Amino acid sequence: MSDTVLATRGLHMAFGGLMVFDHLDFSLKQGERHAIIGPNGAGKTTFVSLITGLLRPVSGDVLLDGRVITRDPPQARVKAGIVRTFQINSLFKALNPLESVVLALCERDGRARPALRAVARESALIGEARGLLEQFGLGADALTPTQTLAYGRQRLLEIALAMALKPRVLLLDEPAAGLSTRQGHEVFEQLLRLSAGVTILFIEHDMGLVFRYADQVSVFAGGAIIVQDTPDNVRVNPRVREVYLGA
Amino acid sequence: MSAVPEWFAGKARWSGFEIAFWCALAGAYFLPNIDIALLSQIFIWGLFAMSLDLLLGYRGIASLGHAAFFGAGAYCAGFLGKYGWGEPVSGLLISMLPAAALGWLTGKLVQRVSGVALLMVTLGLNLILFDFVQRSTALTGGDDGLQGIAVDPLLGLFRFDIFGRTAYWYSLGALFALFVFLRAFVHSPFGLALTGSRENARRMIMLGSPVEGDISIVFAVSAAAAAAAGALLTQTTQFVSPATLSFQRSADVLVMLIIGGAGRLYGGLIGALIFLVMKDWLAALSPVYWYFWIGLLLVLVVSFFRKGVLPSLETGMRGLIARLGKARGGGPPA
Ligand SMILES: Nc1ncnc2c1ncn2[C@@H]1O[C@H](COP(=O)(O)OP(=O)(O)O)[C@@H](O)[C@H]1O
Ligand SMILES: [Mg+2]
Repeated sequence: MSDTVLATRGLHMAFGGLMVFDHLDFSLKQGERHAIIGPNGAGKTTFVSLITGLLRPVSGDVLLDGRVITRDPPQARVKAGIVRTFQINSLFKALNPLESVVLALCERDGRARPALRAVARESALIGEARGLLEQFGLGADALTPTQTLAYGRQRLLEIALAMALKPRVLLLDEPAAGLSTRQGHEVFEQLLRLSAGVTILFIEHDMGLVFRYADQVSVFAGGAIIVQDTPDNVRVNPRVREVYLGA
Repeated sequence: MSAVPEWFAGKARWSGFEIAFWCALAGAYFLPNIDIALLSQIFIWGLFAMSLDLLLGYRGIASLGHAAFFGAGAYCAGFLGKYGWGEPVSGLLISMLPAAALGWLTGKLVQRVSGVALLMVTLGLNLILFDFVQRSTALTGGDDGLQGIAVDPLLGLFRFDIFGRTAYWYSLGALFALFVFLRAFVHSPFGLALTGSRENARRMIMLGSPVEGDISIVFAVSAAAAAAAGALLTQTTQFVSPATLSFQRSADVLVMLIIGGAGRLYGGLIGALIFLVMKDWLAALSPVYWYFWIGLLLVLVVSFFRKGVLPSLETGMRGLIARLGKARGGGPPA
């Protein structure tokens, strides 16, 4: 188990009286492309928020490289390489993609405060931001205010912002949500091309995408992980078919 | 997209409008029949509104108690002048320090609150300070104000004369210097981070940004600039009273900023200009009812311009330029 990057141990989570997980043990191996599937309300998004520290568990621990980070603030976890995207676009509406990515890069490199130096003088970071936007096919939209971008473009920016941070572990909450099947594949192709060496955990509803891009699948249901296996085995697992695939 | 590498430089560059604007402020002095006392007031209020803009326009935090910082600067300058530190420029700079500390603490206090709670905390702090100053008659002179404030000639050369000539240039100079500072501040990566936190604090956290700590920094800087405005008022009038800390002042500066337009520094100045010129006219017509007209203006601006006068003008101008460009058979609209 030395190649485990991220793990949870006995994670218990509840919102008031509503229990989401009872006792969740999970581990993510270096370099893995791990998909989480499960019905709506199973707690997939909550799980990602617990790992990133936007939420705190009632009990249990989150570990990075075997070190307990349960009480670390979210920013410290980002600095340690745990980066997420959001199921519902969480962007800077009034900023354009160039400004948004430059902002992410300034934060990554600790160059955002306190300062009287003009952003314009960060030419290396501005160049890097342009390159990243080009890679995501957002070059032509670099100066368009985010709020006026087409939804699919915003979805790409959502991922580009996370990639700008050079993550070690990337957590993607339904990256293809709201996209057509073709667009979904495009997003994943783009992502996998650019994320060599990054460990990826992604929540996804589209089974086509899951079976094509994941090498491990965890099935969340009823407050537990009911199955964790390779896509091929998950596909034929009778319990999964019963609770989730509904066939 | 050849404009991409130039984007940030273009935003930070001084435009012709800006240069003309500052030249006009300096040139106004030489106009016949100009009320330089009124203009000095506009400079001081404009700086005050600009300080609030940093908080409200750039960081999206409303303060209903910004006069607390203005008053802190005003009293600090008053004490300095009364107890022997008459040199104005250093006095102004020193007066910014206690307010900056107060702002930093306020930032700590409000880090976790937002919306109405935030308005109440800032208002509450303002009321506490007002009450303290009003009651501490031995220290502050209470309602009578602080008497016996002496201010040395500016740069050792220019006395603060009864016509307000020195006051005019001193206020304008201080306003410009602080504007240049604030302008650099908002065009820095930190300014970008503030805007990011205004737009989406949760995402900023997920970029690793110390969002809460930044609130203290922006409060401190905003408070220091407000204090500079307060100190200017004390030094140019050689008087300070609890009115500098009144809730009315907090409300007025917010109104000025909203009328002028938040989020572009100049909005506060334009708002102060409109507010004080209107007040000057209207108070001459009917001294009692002028707030009626200010109130009406506020309602109209917020209902019809939404973002304030300046941003609406900008949008209008851009539309006009685009249309002119098209009419001339130019390229596609910018
Ligand atoms: N902030 C919250 N407060 C209260 N309940 C929540 C909150 N977030 C999620 N929940 C509840 O927790 C459960 C799991 O939600 P979520 O993690 O979003 O599920 P999924 O992403 O698998 O669809 C749902 O029943 C949801 O209603
Ligand atoms: Mg979800």
